[in-house]
Amino acid sequence: MPNMSLKKNEMPHQAPEIRSRNFEEVALGYTAEQAIDEAKRCLNCKNRPCVSGCPVNIAIPDFIARVAEGDFEGAYEIITRQSSLPAVCGRVCPQESQCEKNCVRGIKGEPVAIGRLERFVADYHNANCTTLPVAPESNGKRVAVIGSGPSGLTCAGDLAKKGYKVTVFEALHVAGGVLVYGIPEFRLPKAIVAKEIETLKALGVEIKTNSVVGKLVSVDELFEQGFEAVFIGSGAGLPRFMGIEGENLKGVYSANEFLTRINLMKAYRDNSMTPIFHAKKVAVVGGGNVAMDAARSALRLGADEVYIVYRRGESELPARAEEVEHAKEEGVIFKLLTNPKRILKGENGFVCGMECVEMGLGEPDASGRRRPIEIEGSEFVLDVDCVIMAIGTSPNPLIKSTTEGLATEKWGGIIADESGLTSRENVYAGGDAVTGAATVILAMGAGKTAATAIDKKLSGK
Amino acid sequence: MFKIVSKESLNPTVSRMVIEAPEIAKKAQPGQFIILRVDEEGERIPLTIADYDASAGTVTIIYQIVGATTKLLDSKSEGEYIQDFVGPLGKPTETEGIKKVAVIGGGVGCAIALPVAKKLHELGAEVHSVVGFRNKDLVILSDEFTACSDKYLIMTDDGSIGEKGLVTDALRKLIESGEKYDEVIAIGPLIMMKFVCKLTKEFGIKTTVSMNPIMIDGTGMCGGCRLTVGGKVKFACVDGPDFDGHEVDFDEAMERGSMYKEFERHRYEDTCNLLNKAEAN
Repeated sequence: MPNMSLKKNEMPHQAPEIRSRNFEEVALGYTAEQAIDEAKRCLNCKNRPCVSGCPVNIAIPDFIARVAEGDFEGAYEIITRQSSLPAVCGRVCPQESQCEKNCVRGIKGEPVAIGRLERFVADYHNANCTTLPVAPESNGKRVAVIGSGPSGLTCAGDLAKKGYKVTVFEALHVAGGVLVYGIPEFRLPKAIVAKEIETLKALGVEIKTNSVVGKLVSVDELFEQGFEAVFIGSGAGLPRFMGIEGENLKGVYSANEFLTRINLMKAYRDNSMTPIFHAKKVAVVGGGNVAMDAARSALRLGADEVYIVYRRGESELPARAEEVEHAKEEGVIFKLLTNPKRILKGENGFVCGMECVEMGLGEPDASGRRRPIEIEGSEFVLDVDCVIMAIGTSPNPLIKSTTEGLATEKWGGIIADESGLTSRENVYAGGDAVTGAATVILAMGAGKTAATAIDKKLSGK
Repeated sequence: MFKIVSKESLNPTVSRMVIEAPEIAKKAQPGQFIILRVDEEGERIPLTIADYDASAGTVTIIYQIVGATTKLLDSKSEGEYIQDFVGPLGKPTETEGIKKVAVIGGGVGCAIALPVAKKLHELGAEVHSVVGFRNKDLVILSDEFTACSDKYLIMTDDGSIGEKGLVTDALRKLIESGEKYDEVIAIGPLIMMKFVCKLTKEFGIKTTVSMNPIMIDGTGMCGGCRLTVGGKVKFACVDGPDFDGHEVDFDEAMERGSMYKEFERHRYEDTCNLLNKAEAN
C-alpha cells in the first residue's frame, strides 16, 4: 500500500538560530525509516513524468522502489547509472522546478521528496560502502577535460566508465570547481565532494590540479599530446559588477571572491592564512543561489544584519525556493524591489553605506519578467559596511583567446550544438562556459550529453 | 609538490628561489606571474616570474619577506617542496617595436623588471635601466642589470651607493638630457610607479606598469584584483598585470592594497613566533 500522506517527510535540520552561526551542514538527511516511509509515497506511475524532468534522466521510480524495499545499495546502483555525483545532486538540484515539479503526488499535496531520497541513498552508500569501483578495461583512447566542476566531472566519469583514459585539467589547487570554491560547506560539505572525486579516480580518471588550460597548455597542444577529444567545462568566468560609484572601495566583494575566500581558502577558520573582512552589516546584491550563499555565509561570519538587495519582486527571485526559505529563517532581510545607486565611502576608504532606490514593476521585458522601473524620489541609504555583488558572471577569455577557430557568442559564451560539439572538430563544451551562469545539474546534463557524443565519435559508432 | 632547486638570499629581506616546474618553464614569458601555496593550509599568493629556464625545467622567483606567507616560504630550504605552483598567468609584457626603452625598477620590483630588460636587450633594443633602493645593503641584481643594460643607474635614498635621490630624478635627467625613449617600463612600489607615470605623462612618453594587487585564483574568477584603468574595471590577472600607466588609478590601487593590513600584521607576527619556536626546539 502506498503512503497516501499529502505531505513530504520533513527532513531534520539544524535550528535556524544555531545554524546561522556555524558552517556545518544545515539539512541533516533522512533516517532509513523516514526514507522508506517517503519512498512509499511514490505511486510508480507508468508514464514517469519525474524522469522527463531530470536533466540526466535518472530512473527515479525504480530507485525509489528499491528504497521502499530497504535495498539502498540497489537504489544507489540505479542512480549512478545516470549520475556521477548523486550526493551532490541530492543537495543542490532545484528539484522543485525539475523532477518534483512533474510528480503526480504534487497535484494534490506535496510531491515525493525525490531530492531528499537521492541524498539519503548517496549518503547511505558513502557511509556504508568501503569498496571503490574498479576501473573498466581501457580502450586506449585519451580524452582531456578542462575544468573539474560539475560538467567536467560528469563527462569524465561517464567516459571513464566506458573505458576511456580521461585527464581532467583543473586551474585551482583542488578539484571540484564551483562545488568547492562556490557552494558553501553548510549546503554541500566538501568531504562529500572529495568522496565523489575519489570514486572518479578509482574509475581511472586522472586529475591534474594547478593546470590552467590556455596558459600552461593550449587546446591544440592537448591534441598534439595524444588526446583525441577535448571537453571544455571551464565554468562561468569573470564576476560582473554594476558599474556604480564606490564598487572598488574596501569592503566590496564579488560573490565569487567572498565565497572563494570562505569555501576554498577556509577564511572562516580562526587560524586561516587567508583574510576575510568580518562585517557588521552586509548587503548582498542579487537574487540567485549565489546571492543566498553569500548572504548566509556573511551571517555565519558573524554579521549582525544581512540584506538581500534585489531589483525585482519575491516571485522573480531566481534562487531555489529552499535556499530563500532557509535564508529567511536564518534572519536574512529581503530588500526586494530595491536597486543600488552608489556605494558610500567612509573612513579609511571602507564602505559606510549604500544608496538605493525603490523599484516598481512595469511591462514584461525580453525575459518575460516584469521590467523593474525606478520610483523617482524614493532614494534611501542602507546602513552597511560591506557590499557583495552577486549579479552574475561573464565568460572567461583564457580558452577562447588561445584556441583558434573556437566560435563564441557575442557575449563570450562558447557555441556548442545540442551534442556539445563546438565549431572545432572533436572539441566539445558544456556547462556555464556555454550557457552562462546556470545550475549544477544543467552543467552535469551537458557533461553527460557531451560524453555520449564523444564516445559515439571516437568509437566510430 | 614542487621542488626547491636552489635558494639564496639577495639582501636581508629578499631571497631568490629556483623551483622545478618544467611545464611552466616551457611557457613562461617576461611579465607573467605564478601563484603559489607554501603548504596544505597556505594562502595563495601571486609572485611575478623573475627568470625561467625551459631546458633546465625551472622557474625563478624573487620575493621580499613582507608577510606571513613570504616568511613561511623563506623558512623552506633547498631540496624541500612547496605545495602548489601554478602559472604562467597573466599576459606577457609587450616588447614588440621597442627600439629604446627606460626600465625603472624599485626595490624588489627590480626582480620583475630584470627579465623584461633582458628580453628587450636580446631583441636589440637600447636599454637604460634605473633602479632605486633605500640604501646600498638592499641593492639586488646589479650584475644582471649591468649585463643587459646600455646604461645602468642606481639611486638610493641615502646616497650610500649610486646617486642620492629618487628614480624619477634620474629619469627626468635622462629625458631632459635628450634621451628619446619609445617607452618607459616601470615596476616597483605603487607610489613609485605613480610618480614615474606623472613624469612621463609630462613628456608624453608611453609608460607600462606591472600591477600586483591582492589576488586569489589568478584566472579571472574572483575579481579581487580589480583595478580602475581608463575609467573601466580591469582584472590584473587576465587583463594584465601590465597596464598603460597613464590610465591606472594608483590612489585607488593603494587604498585597496591596504584592505587586510591589520590581519596581515597579526598573521606575520604569529608566523614569526611559530617559526622561532620551531627553531628553538
